[in-house]
Amino acid sequence: MSTLPSAGTDTPALATATAASEAIAATAASAAASAFAAPPLGRRSFFALLRKSPDLVVGAALLLLHLTLIILGPFATPYPYTEFHMTDALKPPSWQYLFGTDQFGRDVFSRVVYGAHGTLLLSTAATALGVGLGVSIGMAVGYRGGRVDEFVMRIMDGMLSFPSLLLAMLIMSSLGPSRLNVIIAIMIVFVPRSTRVLRSVTLGLKNLEFVEAAKVRGESAFWVITRELLPNALGPIVVELAIRLSFAILLSTSLGFIGIGVQPPEPDWGLMVSEGRQYLQTAPWLMLFPALAISTAVIGANLFGDGIGALLAYRGGRNDL
Amino acid sequence: MSLGVFIIRRLLFSLLVLLIVSVVVFVVVQVLPGDVASMILGTDALPEDVETMREKLGLNRPAHIRYLEWIAGAVRGDWGTSLRLNQPVAPLIMTRLANSSVLAALTLIIAVPLAVGLGIYAGLRQGRIADRTIALVTLIGTSLPEFVWGNLLIIIFAFWLQWLPPSSLMDAGDSMFAHFKLLILPVLTLTLVMLAYTSRMTRTSMIDVMERNFIRTARLKGIGERKVIFRHALPNALLPTITIVAMNIGWLMGSLVIVETVFSYPGLGRTMVFAVSNRDVPMLQMTVLLTAGIYCLANLIADILYAYLNPRVRY
Repeated sequence: MSTLPSAGTDTPALATATAASEAIAATAASAAASAFAAPPLGRRSFFALLRKSPDLVVGAALLLLHLTLIILGPFATPYPYTEFHMTDALKPPSWQYLFGTDQFGRDVFSRVVYGAHGTLLLSTAATALGVGLGVSIGMAVGYRGGRVDEFVMRIMDGMLSFPSLLLAMLIMSSLGPSRLNVIIAIMIVFVPRSTRVLRSVTLGLKNLEFVEAAKVRGESAFWVITRELLPNALGPIVVELAIRLSFAILLSTSLGFIGIGVQPPEPDWGLMVSEGRQYLQTAPWLMLFPALAISTAVIGANLFGDGIGALLAYRGGRNDL
Repeated sequence: MSLGVFIIRRLLFSLLVLLIVSVVVFVVVQVLPGDVASMILGTDALPEDVETMREKLGLNRPAHIRYLEWIAGAVRGDWGTSLRLNQPVAPLIMTRLANSSVLAALTLIIAVPLAVGLGIYAGLRQGRIADRTIALVTLIGTSLPEFVWGNLLIIIFAFWLQWLPPSSLMDAGDSMFAHFKLLILPVLTLTLVMLAYTSRMTRTSMIDVMERNFIRTARLKGIGERKVIFRHALPNALLPTITIVAMNIGWLMGSLVIVETVFSYPGLGRTMVFAVSNRDVPMLQMTVLLTAGIYCLANLIADILYAYLNPRVRY
């Protein structure tokens, strides 16, 4: 799995590669942050935006599609997702069962649509919490500096030494499998990564004149961070949210797939793929439709994040769109 | 700063990180809510049984003593006994590690040159059709999770075309090399997932280098474009890929967990899934510590190599 920071050259000034991925993401993010000094985008038509950044438009469209699934899903499903139709077990897609049925004759379409509720709401919650916490810690220690910064960042380095999925598995093993615990695990995985990115954005901002001015006026650290730094870090935060969302979907469905995340009979997409594996040869639709749902959601979040990142960097005058 | 001093500093830093890692592993598994004894016995175990188990596992002693014993054992090679399999953890993990290494090495050998090649090509054709196609294909590669790719490839190559086996199940004594066919689909899955990031970073790096002044100078000197690219641009553009490959090793370890599950491949990743689902604490702790250690080592080597090749980072 990989982060895909859009812009930003990758010549890590310091070779602390334990977290080089974050260093690179941070370069992209700080480029985006400095982009706010550039003149505003001005009014552009939808088509201009489409030409400038097709990624952004396609990504947003895919995300909107999934949002519609979440909101309208419960009203649009033809059957309850747990309803058995034993006589119609393992039927291929048809007008009666749009995505076919599983071994219990449950409607795969209804299950995929409900799965949006499970997988996407869970991923969104985990992303919001993890990035939110990371932003708070990153900005606080970045602004404060000194020993606290040093101490916190070393702990983050330690946490970054685990591949994300392994850390999530470790946490799940301790907390036990449940929906809430998946959210907690992914949140913990995200905190050090977001902290690192936002800390470096903060370091780039905190010596600028408007921050100095606020300090000289005698504003409190809290005021400076929330009123001066935060609005200027919004770009990188949005990019971070989108990229992390795609990760959260990958992580939560992966946990579901290996059987230590959300448990049956919940209609989680990763779990559905795993359950469909016994029938891979005879009833591939059991695996294909949830897989399609996962993929479109992840591609949507990735494209959206890339698009926003490129757009912000573009405004900074880079020709890397 | 000389290279020697740099290496020593970097080494100490790695040791510090490893120390923190071991504390994190220990704290997450043993100190967080969810007592190890009741984890093993299940939630509806009798309190007396839990107490006996706690006594047996030595859980009633203070946490820092248990941590020190665990670490001392890990360093000496005494990795404990698996709770589920009732056999020493060390030989088991080493066999699985060897199997996973075969998979990882093959993937790196194939994916890294391919990704770097694609990245260079895309960078040189920035904004053209080729560049956009590579970006799109690699994005899709990385956006489909490993278990989706794995299952798709099984459907296509094992069930429709019937060219390759759908799983990597094999006899215990067989060596990996005797079963080359088994490795193709897992390696292909890992490669697809890995391509995007490396090719993307190589592309950015290539574009960046091509805009530098020394490239303009080389061109103005009248050197042929081919020589400009291969002699002047590439050595500079490829430096960052060292770091990127090290990072990929970290991701690869996560991907291995999934891919080994999909293909029933007897590697370290599946061992970890087994340890988690069976609450086998000694096995889990050592597997995770070992993987994090390998990742640290990869980063250490990458940093030293980077510093050796590029003296600018050493100060």
